[in-house]
Amino acid sequence: MTLLGTFCLWVAFLLGTWGTIASFSGAWRDRPDLALAIRRSVHAIFACLLVAALALWKGLAAHDFNIEYVWAYTSRNLPGYYVFSAFWAGQKGSLLFWAFVLSIFASLAQVLTARRHAALLPYVAGVTSATTAFFVAVMLFAASPFERLPFTPADGRGLNPQLQNVFMTIHPPMLYLGYISITIPFAFAVAALLTGKLDTGWLHAIRKWTLTSWMFLSVGITLGMWWAYVELGWGGFWAWDPVENASFLPWCTMTAFLHSVMIQEKRGMLRRWNVGLVVGTFLLSIFGTFITRSGVIASVHSFTQSNVGYFFLAFLVIAGTLAFTLLYTRWPRLTPEVELESMVSREAAFLFNNLVFVGIAFSVLWGTLFPILSEAVRGTKITVGPPFFNRVNVPLGLLLLALTGIGPLIAWRKASVANLQRQFTLPLATGLVLLAALLAGGMRDGWALVSFTLIGFVFGTLAQEYWRGTAARMRMHGEAVPVAFGRLIARNRRRYGGYLVHLGILIYFVGFTGQAFVVQQEATLKPGESVTVKSPYGHVYRFTHVGISQFEQLNRVVSAATLQVQRDGVPDGVITSEKRQHFTVDATTGEKTASFSPSTEVGIRSSVREDVYVVFAGSVGGTEEATYRININPLIGWVWIGGIVLVIGGFVTLWPGDGSTPAERRQQAGYRVELAGAGAGAA
Amino acid sequence: MSGTGLPRTRRALLAQLGLAGAAAVGARRLLAQQAGAPAAPADTARARLGGEGELGTLSDPTSAGAPSTRVTHKDNDPLIRELELRLKCPCPCGLDIYTCRTTDFTCSYSPEAHREIVAMWDDGKTAQQITDAFIARYGERALMAPKPAGFNLAGYLVPGIVLTLAAGTLVWVLSRRQQLAAASAPAGRTPAAPGPSAEPPPMQATPEELARLERALKDADA
Repeated sequence: MTLLGTFCLWVAFLLGTWGTIASFSGAWRDRPDLALAIRRSVHAIFACLLVAALALWKGLAAHDFNIEYVWAYTSRNLPGYYVFSAFWAGQKGSLLFWAFVLSIFASLAQVLTARRHAALLPYVAGVTSATTAFFVAVMLFAASPFERLPFTPADGRGLNPQLQNVFMTIHPPMLYLGYISITIPFAFAVAALLTGKLDTGWLHAIRKWTLTSWMFLSVGITLGMWWAYVELGWGGFWAWDPVENASFLPWCTMTAFLHSVMIQEKRGMLRRWNVGLVVGTFLLSIFGTFITRSGVIASVHSFTQSNVGYFFLAFLVIAGTLAFTLLYTRWPRLTPEVELESMVSREAAFLFNNLVFVGIAFSVLWGTLFPILSEAVRGTKITVGPPFFNRVNVPLGLLLLALTGIGPLIAWRKASVANLQRQFTLPLATGLVLLAALLAGGMRDGWALVSFTLIGFVFGTLAQEYWRGTAARMRMHGEAVPVAFGRLIARNRRRYGGYLVHLGILIYFVGFTGQAFVVQQEATLKPGESVTVKSPYGHVYRFTHVGISQFEQLNRVVSAATLQVQRDGVPDGVITSEKRQHFTVDATTGEKTASFSPSTEVGIRSSVREDVYVVFAGSVGGTEEATYRININPLIGWVWIGGIVLVIGGFVTLWPGDGSTPAERRQQAGYRVELAGAGAGAA
Repeated sequence: MSGTGLPRTRRALLAQLGLAGAAAVGARRLLAQQAGAPAAPADTARARLGGEGELGTLSDPTSAGAPSTRVTHKDNDPLIRELELRLKCPCPCGLDIYTCRTTDFTCSYSPEAHREIVAMWDDGKTAQQITDAFIARYGERALMAPKPAGFNLAGYLVPGIVLTLAAGTLVWVLSRRQQLAAASAPAGRTPAAPGPSAEPPPMQATPEELARLERALKDADA
């Protein structure tokens, strides 16, 4: 299978190289057969990489430990679904996964794109082929997943215990899907620049792709936060690690693009900016890959250091140079159709929203790279960790939150004072009422108060938007509230689905703000001993240590420490946290050998108000006397709820069609035509 | 459930067999654990503790992670915690001392660093003196965020400066363009204002265009 896999990689590489050269040489312009061949080569690359991927999966499933990758990331006693997910657990496998998924997206782009954009497709094929060929080249020349060992070990090393979590089977592929699918909008942007078809056509072609890509990134990032929270045991979900930052950067620029593209579609503005954002997003996704795989920046997420970083750096420089040079040459053809009419308009609000998104991306990038810069300038190594990022980004995040509420309230083109008064009264009142309630409730944390006030303001905005739309439908169609509300969203999915996404973001912020009130306590307890912890809400939790039990489970020895919980004197069940020592078993002797260090499984009791988060830190002197770290994490569950709402909103926005009837579409189009010479109008 | 207690379906039979098997395995493990456990001194294993339980010895202490030490009230001191959150663990994990010692229980550096901090705190040293001691030993990277001084100021200020400059430039460029657009507008034509007057003038469509539009509308209705 390794021979077949390697052969397929070579064929895919050669096809990708040929497709790239044939596409960009432009020879296909006079030869429709060549244009068709270029497009078909994309499907052939997909077929090759599918076979290569199946070859690796076959090796994993068959425990062929002669394949270095299979030996390094699996073992005989690894549960089946982790054997499957080991495909992307390591550097080499994830490169193949990347190339394989990119080939799927490239094929889909060729198949699903409307015929009216056919002129762009050979160039799109060229860009996707070049990118796929690059990833295949990295495998062929630096990190082949089909590399064989000189001998066949009896068993593999096993999978890192921290990756043996159900969310780790989903989180990396989701993130990869986000990163990878960014290539398609980038390919269309390059195609539009090359063909000079710079109207909104290419934007329509990529709309679903950008939303899909953004959804995958959002889900991937949220699942990563969830995994960090339940698996790493430090009680938080975001540590501003360079690799986390690398996933956040393209998310910021992609989100900016999703807003600014509306301005181009509605008003013909920001044409250069939008191309720049798509190019920048693609480059940031490659930059993230470079950071993860080069070892240039220390990160807990990094793959083993290898020379693939140089490949990514070279690709980043070449792709960036070519794309921005192309953009520069087309600069004069990207002039806006109209100018901004007023600084108090929705366009202006979107512009500032874009500015803040890009500003956040810049500040995160700057903080991530600053240690390298400092070392280069001063020769001194420094650390740039959470205190830095929180100090710089919390104000920017709150500014963004404010703009989330302001944007939908301002009219397009130019807002009047009366319009502003009418729109802002309820949202501002909501925010201020919440502020007063929190102050009366005794909250004194300044940042938290600002955040909750803005949350109230944005909630007021969203509620007002939904209510006004629903009320309008009720008046016009005589519908009941639920029907009118449902149809409001269904008939204008892009707008009201977008507001659902805003609601999701708002809920995220509730969870983020709750982190200002985390309570942490450590305790060593003998069986029967108790410790009390007071939650920020004033509840008194009493934790009584029951004992530690040890048992074998699947491929590990589990040491489970259990606490009995009382809240305000009322029994509230038990919480168990575990230490897991994974092992491999010698196939011939049956001897068990510990693999990796013991990992921690956190005990979590979740509610909407707060999480009780218990970590079994270890036993004292090999007895049942246990050391625990206990966290009370207020509102953290809102982060996961926000993720779910955001995904629902994204799906509503992505759903095919706009939900309107033909008559409504005509009305929305706002045709206003007069017959030449007749003076008749049709509206 | 039948009166005899026998399973009536194949699924119920399998479930009961599974439960019986699990119980048998569990009992065997328990016996093996008791048999294999090292004999604990009577004064520790059987000593009644302040609580209600009995201090048992684990059958496999190495599987329960690194040996833990007893927590003291200093470990929960919020000032020490705040200080440790600002200092980086000397190990390559990239975490601060507090997070590392309460998360990565295999790290030997962070517990040691914690003990040093507690010892210095007990000696009456201030947070700044403790921080300086760590910087003197490990260099500036001992801090989780660089001091906002000298070149490091750039780290803190550049994002804000760039954003402010970008916002200022944006406002200036847009204002200038608005002025230019207003100045170049034909005489008698004012810039668009909100409301009905702001609507674009009606387009003059040719019969061919109208026919095309009609066809498009019919297609849309279909």
